Amino acid sequence: MSSPLLELRGVTKAFPGVLANDSVDISIPEGQIHALLGENGAGKSTLVKIIYGYYAADEGDMYWMGNSISVTSPAHARQIGIGMVFQHFSLFDALSVRDNIELAISSKEGGDVLSQKIHEVSNTYGLGLDPERDVFSLSVGERQRVEIVRCLLQSPKLLIMDEPTSVLTPQEADNLFKVLNQLADEGCAILYISHKLEEIKELCHHATILRQGKVVAECDPTKESTRSLAEMMIGKSLDPPTYELKKTGETKFFVQNLSRTAEDERSISLKNISFDVREGEIFGIAGVAGNGQTELMEMLAGEVLADDNAAISINGVECGHRSIRERRELGAAIVPEERLGHGAVGSMSLIENVFLSGHQRFNLARKLWMNYSNARTFAQKTCDDFDVRHAGIHVDAGSLSGGNLQKFLIGREILQEPLVMLASQPTWGVDAGSQLAIHKALLNLAANGTAVLVISQDLDELLELCNRIAVMFAGSLSEPYPVSSLTAEKIGLLMGGAHPEAA
Amino acid sequence: MRIKLVPRQTHSRLMTWLTPVMALGLSLVAGTVVFYLLGYPPLQSLYAFFISPISDLYGVCELLVKASPLAMIAVGLSMGFRANVWNIGAEGQLTVGALTGSALVIYFPESNNILILPAMLILGILGGMAWASIPAFLKTRFNTNEILTSLLLVYVAILLLSTLVHGPWRDPAGYNFPQSVLFQNVATLPVIVPGTRLHLGTIFALLAIITGWVLISRTLAGFQVRVSGMAPQAARYTGVRSNLMIWCVLLGAGGLAGLAGIIEITGLIGQVQPIISPGYGFSAIIVAFLGRLHPVGILFASLVLALSYLGGEFVQIKLGLPLGIAGVFQGMLLFFLLSCDILIHYRIEIRKASISSSARST
Repeated sequence: MSSPLLELRGVTKAFPGVLANDSVDISIPEGQIHALLGENGAGKSTLVKIIYGYYAADEGDMYWMGNSISVTSPAHARQIGIGMVFQHFSLFDALSVRDNIELAISSKEGGDVLSQKIHEVSNTYGLGLDPERDVFSLSVGERQRVEIVRCLLQSPKLLIMDEPTSVLTPQEADNLFKVLNQLADEGCAILYISHKLEEIKELCHHATILRQGKVVAECDPTKESTRSLAEMMIGKSLDPPTYELKKTGETKFFVQNLSRTAEDERSISLKNISFDVREGEIFGIAGVAGNGQTELMEMLAGEVLADDNAAISINGVECGHRSIRERRELGAAIVPEERLGHGAVGSMSLIENVFLSGHQRFNLARKLWMNYSNARTFAQKTCDDFDVRHAGIHVDAGSLSGGNLQKFLIGREILQEPLVMLASQPTWGVDAGSQLAIHKALLNLAANGTAVLVISQDLDELLELCNRIAVMFAGSLSEPYPVSSLTAEKIGLLMGGAHPEAA
Repeated sequence: MRIKLVPRQTHSRLMTWLTPVMALGLSLVAGTVVFYLLGYPPLQSLYAFFISPISDLYGVCELLVKASPLAMIAVGLSMGFRANVWNIGAEGQLTVGALTGSALVIYFPESNNILILPAMLILGILGGMAWASIPAFLKTRFNTNEILTSLLLVYVAILLLSTLVHGPWRDPAGYNFPQSVLFQNVATLPVIVPGTRLHLGTIFALLAIITGWVLISRTLAGFQVRVSGMAPQAARYTGVRSNLMIWCVLLGAGGLAGLAGIIEITGLIGQVQPIISPGYGFSAIIVAFLGRLHPVGILFASLVLALSYLGGEFVQIKLGLPLGIAGVFQGMLLFFLLSCDILIHYRIEIRKASISSSARST
């Protein structure tokens, strides 16, 4: 039997205070699509960064085609045939596809020869890339293809993909899977990092599951259920939320013809957005990131004011011109997309972070003075009620894991007993256990009569939580559809900008 | 071999407070070398610089006299620095505050009304605020860089002072010296320790420190200042209006610098002169950072910087060293402080570049 393409034995890497990889063994033969699965902080990123030469392992050996090797830098990794497509692209917007590729691969042949090669590779895999187009005019999916072509031009033997579908529509993701399957058929191995269990089942031949830096299981994902995969990942049995469609009451949050002109070419204009969220309802806004959700959330929250006071109403009060504080007084609670730096200040304690949104309703500030003892009580209550695991409420918010910090933020808002809850990407990058807890909390909140708005890229999440879903594309919002009438495919088409009739 | 600065995962709070002390120690060591290279006996010189000036009551009072304006200005500046508003034009705000306050005496030289002194102090505050309002307006309206505008306005203020003392405000009976009339008694701050120059202004500085401390640690406004600096988006989230914040911290710092300016005039100088401050407005920036932008830290840092002024004068008189030596010490202090700060947040990693041979064989 020939040796595998890549083999790691006993790879260990420690950072101050955390063992990121603990004696990891992994073996990838040629032509295999190998899933690396794990919660946030399980050590997936560290492991691939070791393979790609970003980090040196503290202990352990790496074998490449049977030979012992130590990869010293990403350039070295590319040289021996390892390519990587990152979750966040590194492309220059103002340059053409060809220039971007030329810059990165430092090949001697530029110009037409390279264009020709890009054409060839692009056609072979059905990627449809025009080398002369400028990157800023490309969609997110097309940009990812630039990155993929960039790797393929160096004919890699192993391609590492870090959460590649997190920015894609379902249709774009399907195209990506075709490319990856074709590559695998040609003998290229693929190390595929994701926490989307469905796609791992669909795409991958083999899965290695990491938990707290250790390999806890290996399996054939096609023979597992998503539930069993998730259980392996988080190490305990899951208790999925059960809920029934609630009766919804009167409109608590009302948006009518909300528009916004983009300030620069990086932001999106909002066009006549209208929707309403009723008492006890969870209303979802789906869409690929960068279609105006961030801009919309800023206006709904009151961080940016609307031109028209009547564009937004909370509980019947027009508040397009009102500040975020006044909207909180009207009963709004807000969970922004960015946890650190927006919803929380990383270098402040949990106690002080309670003040950020809670100083009005938690009665934390008497006139101008900070009431620390009340804040301590509320920080403690938030942590207790929402199972936030922490080393004390005095620790910096930045030291909490993503999932725990998000539970803290959601809890902080829910304890304020809002009439209207606005949450953007509530479980983005959060481990499965916390995700479940947050979903339960939001469902409970709605069951108690709050009007809940969830903006999310995660379709499964929206389909599970929402009563009605509308889709955002290029600054416009589709009309809302009852969730019972929707499928992932239909939402996918809307996310790609198709008209409702076509959908 | 490559040398890299690698960010540390965590940095110790203790070290944050120890670095000013380390910076001070390193400055002393470097100072010894400087004295030696200049051909002066190092230990004696250091003694003359740091110990002799404060070896009697008069010396200690002089130290407080110099520390007061530094602390007062630095408390104001630190609020701005915490909120990411970089006002480095306190020297100009000080100068204009001194001028607006003095104007009252210049135009009413005969007045014996006891209200003239409080009125002067208030006018001084307003003058400093007015000067700081220019960068505030430009920043909030046109998004100009306040570092540039506030700095450039320092030179405008100094030219304004120069114009006035050489022209309309010159004492007609002053033999053509560029000085104003001497202020009458009701327009000077009382001395609080007889036999020294320690005046009421020191109490004001102390009040500024205490107020600053309460403000930053106990009030919602102070919390908002801190959030604005640490996470601007989170500040919007909590409901801070960033333009209002810019106005407040600039006006606050300008007002304190203006007050420090008029206190220098009414407490020490007693008339308007071409030079009012030996660079307090700039040294206060060092004080603010050496004091970790914390009012209590600023209290100690202002004493250290005041000593560098005092020691500079002392070695000039005693050993004939150039007065610039004070500036050298202040510069070294800031340099070592910033270097130590870098090492709190980063560690130096020396990497050996080597590619194993087996890699090439594949």
